[in-house]
Amino acid sequence: MSLLEVENASVYYDDFQALYDINLKVEEGEIYAVIGANGAGKSTFLRTIAGVLSPRRGRVLFEGKPVDHMATHMRVVHGISMVPEGRRVFPSLTVDENLEIGGYRKRPGPWTEEKIYELFPLLVPLRKRQASSLSGGEQQALAIGRSLMSNPKLILMDEVSLGLAPVVIKRIYDAFQTLLDSGTTILVVEQDVQHVLTVASHVACFLEGRIALQGRPDELTNEQITAAYFGV
Amino acid sequence: MDWVNAAVQGILLGGLYALFATGLSLVFGTMRLANLAHGDLTIVPAYFALLIINAAHFSAFYAIPITVVIMFVVGYLLQRGLLNFVVGKDMMIGVIVTFGLSIVIQNVLLLAFTANSQGLGAGRIGTISIKITDRLAIGWLPLIIFIVAIVVLGALQLFLRRTRMGRAFRATSDDNEAARLMGINNKHIYAMAMGVALGIVAIGGVFMGIRTTFDPLLGSQRLIYAFEAVIIGGLGSSWGTLLGGVILGLAQTLGAQAFGSAWSILVGHVVFILVLTFRPTGLLAKTVTT
Repeated sequence: MSLLEVENASVYYDDFQALYDINLKVEEGEIYAVIGANGAGKSTFLRTIAGVLSPRRGRVLFEGKPVDHMATHMRVVHGISMVPEGRRVFPSLTVDENLEIGGYRKRPGPWTEEKIYELFPLLVPLRKRQASSLSGGEQQALAIGRSLMSNPKLILMDEVSLGLAPVVIKRIYDAFQTLLDSGTTILVVEQDVQHVLTVASHVACFLEGRIALQGRPDELTNEQITAAYFGV
Repeated sequence: MDWVNAAVQGILLGGLYALFATGLSLVFGTMRLANLAHGDLTIVPAYFALLIINAAHFSAFYAIPITVVIMFVVGYLLQRGLLNFVVGKDMMIGVIVTFGLSIVIQNVLLLAFTANSQGLGAGRIGTISIKITDRLAIGWLPLIIFIVAIVVLGALQLFLRRTRMGRAFRATSDDNEAARLMGINNKHIYAMAMGVALGIVAIGGVFMGIRTTFDPLLGSQRLIYAFEAVIIGGLGSSWGTLLGGVILGLAQTLGAQAFGSAWSILVGHVVFILVLTFRPTGLLAKTVTT
């Protein structure tokens, strides 16, 4: 049984169909990368798994059980947590308070505030600061830490490298190994293919709402990926 | 000395306005709902208290905690049963629905209690005062109301700062989708916010019923005072709301002192418009730079 199975999922925004019959399986303990150009449906896909959107047709199974009709907040209880696109930290709350909110539905597991501060030491001097005053990289570290606080089985990361300096991106990708060691499976969406393919064990390339290519990064050639990415 | 007396009465009256305004501000802050039925919902607890007093024959003071609980439940159910369906939609839908609710409440109260003015008896405490000089006396009742207002606002502030639920209120206010992604059930949070808001309003509503008379049609006037206090003080700040209430109260009593009692309410409105013109964010607005 896969941790996450998406079966023939079609997702709409009113009359506009954003995803067409998506089939995808994420195994426990892996990093699964979803790549694709702007507007390919990557974020829609992630938001569907988190429960912000629901598929009009098809199913989403988590640990073998359908979760399509489960409310977003209940999915957190069951172990799905999302780092939303654009970080979306709570601007008026302090760094500490953001992490406490992340632990609002705390499941048993290794992640505590102290562990988050060990993972991202850059946040330690900022604990009492309002999240709105943090830099982009600091906010991204906080957003990831906040999502980890619920001790998720599956963490969904939407464009975590967007707009960040290369040194910050490296620090965030370095943290992925710690997450895997803690028993968290990672489903990451990226536009920037370069970094994510070095760490991912599976990749799906989205193109105009469909999966154009799926496989293991080491078995795919750059030409195949480029072709699927741009649809040429 | 008459001026000092008017100023003291104005400040004390401001505590009552702050109690009305806090509920409005809490609801607007957590769910961006401008609740036009808020004024009528300040009248409802006074009628609940009237029923309780008529049934149990004790001082209106003892009716306050019972009314608070009733209004908390009313608020929770009102939010989950009706208002949650308009939160997050176009703000105009919320305005129309709560405007309709306001009319419904007024008419139900008229049917049930007629248009006659009512008052709540609190016994001797309602009339005695502390005599400071021959021309200046502070009534115990306005003083108690003011102190209660400060305690309630302080407690609300502590609740929002220090408790898990209070943090969830603030997180939902900042970004309700991100809050849901953190496992917060926003429908429950909105309903709790409305429950807390109406619980606070219940305190103000019963006190107002003890202080003066009330009838089913006073709601819109109370709504305007609450809005004015919130806007003068600045959204999102408890102490700002208290300051807003006090300034509005002062404007009304000093205005009455200066131009005669017929001018009281108009002077309050003028001060409000001046603040809106020269400092539209309010005097103590909590601003977040994003």
